[in-house]
Amino acid sequence: MYSLWRTIDRGTLRDIALVCLADAVVGAAFGAIAVSGGLPPWVPVVMSLLVFAGGAQFAAVGVVLSGGAPAAAVAAGLVLNARLLPFGFAIGDVLGGRWWTRLTGAHLMTDEAVAFVLRDGDPRGRRVTFWVCGLGLFVAWNAAVVLGAMAGRGIGDTAALGLDAAFPAVLLALVLPSLTGASANNAGDTGNAGASGKAGNAGKAGTPGKAGHMRIAGHAGEAGDTRSAAGTEKAGHTGKSGNTALRRACVLGAVVAVAATPFLPAGLPVLLALIGLVLAVRAPAGAEVS
Amino acid sequence: MPLAAILALAAGTYAFRLAGPALRHRLRLPARLRHLLSVAATVLLVALVATSALTEGHGFAGWARPAGVLVAGILTLRKAPFPLIVVLAAATTAVLRLLGVP
Repeated sequence: MYSLWRTIDRGTLRDIALVCLADAVVGAAFGAIAVSGGLPPWVPVVMSLLVFAGGAQFAAVGVVLSGGAPAAAVAAGLVLNARLLPFGFAIGDVLGGRWWTRLTGAHLMTDEAVAFVLRDGDPRGRRVTFWVCGLGLFVAWNAAVVLGAMAGRGIGDTAALGLDAAFPAVLLALVLPSLTGASANNAGDTGNAGASGKAGNAGKAGTPGKAGHMRIAGHAGEAGDTRSAAGTEKAGHTGKSGNTALRRACVLGAVVAVAATPFLPAGLPVLLALIGLVLAVRAPAGAEVS
Repeated sequence: MPLAAILALAAGTYAFRLAGPALRHRLRLPARLRHLLSVAATVLLVALVATSALTEGHGFAGWARPAGVLVAGILTLRKAPFPLIVVLAAATTAVLRLLGVP
């Protein structure tokens, strides 16, 4: 335990604590919404312990409360959680090699934990970050759901507090440095700037589009502390092209997902974003990876 | 909501979560595919940011929420401390709603 705390820096610990706090408020809202909608208090509590995925829990309870069949609620939740499958392949190494750490760690895998892991470069640090974030969120989320279920209608309107903006804001703050970080070395590279300029314009009023513009404005950070999410360590010298390709893939994926949202059931648009990968397939092929 | 439905959702979710950590050692994925999978994770997270910032159900989420998320993006690029980013994002959205922006 002692060495565990030494491998995680204070900043990361503080960031994780804040995310736990923000998620706790959302968890309390979930418990309150489920109970005030007419479900017995054990439903949100047991669901949070066993499913432990906020989006899917809201979706499933929403379907049931609006009169939908339980099977439809399960389907809605599962479609939303399908993204956890590629997440598991991407960051599965942080769970360690023992079977029991994989069995318990898998349950702690959430969007937030994945984003924290992708932000963290050092292999040992990644592992500690994952476990601290996973366990912290599990405790905070479930405790908050219990409190929310007990409080029932007492919990106020979370939309008035702007908490619905907190989730995308947290993920953006964790992911954005990996999209801009590695390219800082070639900030003056015209080819690179041109490419992301295009990417910026392509995003139709979306956050990623704006992000593209800001980067060109010269705020790309130092690559030092923000290791690229896309495993550029493995790709080695593909740094520049890999990062540009990653950015393009992300922008295309985000545009596709937003455009598909009006037409597809919840959860599917995000999966459809994987279409963006076609823009990332070519990059590593160009530079030989051993 | 019957317990069976909760258990089904829990089991399916856990299967999604466990597949990667359990199988990735046995499958011996080539380096290119591993690279592509980590790109996929980032693409999914960014898509999740975009959809959860801009949409609610099948429609537009209103301007207040994306404005808050945009503030978060700008602050991130300016290397603001993480708590400040999250708090100001939520505050921006909350203040805009207070002013009557949907």
